[in-house]
Amino acid sequence: MTPLLQVQNVAKFYGARIGCTDVSFDLYPGEVMGIVGESGSGKSTLLNSLAGHLPPDQGEVIFDTRANGPVDTVTMSEPERRMLSRTDWAFVHQHARDGLRMSVSAGGNIGERLMAVGDRHYGGIRAQAADWLGRVEISESRIDDRPSAFSGGMQQRLQIARNLVTGPRLVFMDEPTGGLDVSVQARLLDLLRGLVREMGLSAIIVTHDLAVVRLLADRLMVMKDGRVVETGLTDQVLDDPQHGYTQLLVSSVLQV
Amino acid sequence: MSDYNFAYLDEQTKRMIRRAILKGLAVPGYQVPFASREMPMPYGWGTGGVQVSAASLTPDDTLKVIDQGADDTTNAVSIRKFFEKTAGVETTEETEKASIIQTRHRIPEAELTEDQILVYQVPIPEPLRFLEPRETETRKMHALQEYGLMHVKLYEDISQHGAIATAYAYPVKVEGRYVMDPSPIPKFDNPKMEMAAIQLFGAGREQRIYAVPPYTKVVSLDFEDYPFEASKADHACDLCAAKDSYLDEVILDDAGNRMFVCSDTDYCRSRRDAGHTGRLGEEAA
Repeated sequence: MTPLLQVQNVAKFYGARIGCTDVSFDLYPGEVMGIVGESGSGKSTLLNSLAGHLPPDQGEVIFDTRANGPVDTVTMSEPERRMLSRTDWAFVHQHARDGLRMSVSAGGNIGERLMAVGDRHYGGIRAQAADWLGRVEISESRIDDRPSAFSGGMQQRLQIARNLVTGPRLVFMDEPTGGLDVSVQARLLDLLRGLVREMGLSAIIVTHDLAVVRLLADRLMVMKDGRVVETGLTDQVLDDPQHGYTQLLVSSVLQV
Repeated sequence: MSDYNFAYLDEQTKRMIRRAILKGLAVPGYQVPFASREMPMPYGWGTGGVQVSAASLTPDDTLKVIDQGADDTTNAVSIRKFFEKTAGVETTEETEKASIIQTRHRIPEAELTEDQILVYQVPIPEPLRFLEPRETETRKMHALQEYGLMHVKLYEDISQHGAIATAYAYPVKVEGRYVMDPSPIPKFDNPKMEMAAIQLFGAGREQRIYAVPPYTKVVSLDFEDYPFEASKADHACDLCAAKDSYLDEVILDDAGNRMFVCSDTDYCRSRRDAGHTGRLGEEAA
């Protein structure tokens, strides 16, 4: 099987400082990869480099496109990369406000990606928006409300609906549960797990919350100071951490 | 001879503006940046249109200036006077006799010919502005033809009002490439933009010039199930009985009486001269 995403020696520097370096991994279709580490460990830099938001200074990010097979997205032309990020890719921001258009109704937010890829049938767009609101457990009667009238958890779910409406194959998530209270987090995680399984999505999830990766991720990558210090199956890494930093990370989780 | 250079602007400035106009005509619908000058009138009064007119005028031209279709409102009168004084060109109120027509927010009812130039005053040239505030981003969207966002605006219209409620500055796609703001003309005028005359658009404060060459395809954006409709008030003109012209609604008194009149004053006058009379026509004549 061809990996959906092959990351080879990706590095990003901020001047002399290391953002992230020497990162390589393969992500297969349907697989969920977790990236954990403390603040400043280069998780978000890596995610943004992979998603095309930051140009990496080194390395290759090879994506298995539907049309042309594996292509390096770093050297890809900008229109192609932007097209990819509207169709086969999705990016869920930590703050829903970064990923939503706050002045546009929920239906419009979900429909934007459809219209961006050429859908021009109002009834069709609206039906899909309503369907997706249902799938993320938002009442259809809220379709014409603006996201500013939504609670934090609803905004995050709306952001997810907006991203998944075009049926992407790879989802980048940056702290998708950050800033939400635990019960809302649990529901969101449940929803995400359902969607990932149901749609056969591949995902890369960046988080500092080990519970999130325990629940969602198949594999885990632990980062420290811009480098990967440990990789492996999630349960293996969390239950039997080898690297000193991972041991520290796992033992730092508060037990209730 | 007045102390002004012909048409107020110096020759170098006019050359600079003409270059922008030519580039705009070569790339229909593309917003060409230009070094907009301070004009002796406030921004929002047509400084962009005036500069484009000044660069297009020759001493043999006949100028007509309209404001919302009318020849006799403040904006039209003062710009007409401005060019009478600084260029000494002939002016007219008759659409057919004019070679350059500067307009604020209307296209004349009479069909324009290949010998005419229509100059629009544009307040905000960027059709994507209210959806995407970043100029760097809107430029990129134009360059890559990412116009999905324009339909988000129309979607919002339908979801809130049940129909596309945008009644003016209705976005168009020019020659299948650039999405363009046709300036705040009523959408009734949109179909007229496929015309024989040259159309030039000047935005003074925003420092942009764009153009639509003659016989260029101009398509108003819409949805398959909510097609574009060129709407107008469902009345005939109360002065000249025209059923095909764009109408202004005028409140007459406190008792709810109102009249509808052609917004194009020259069109209305010429029809009344030709003997057409509307519901309230006699008193006015």
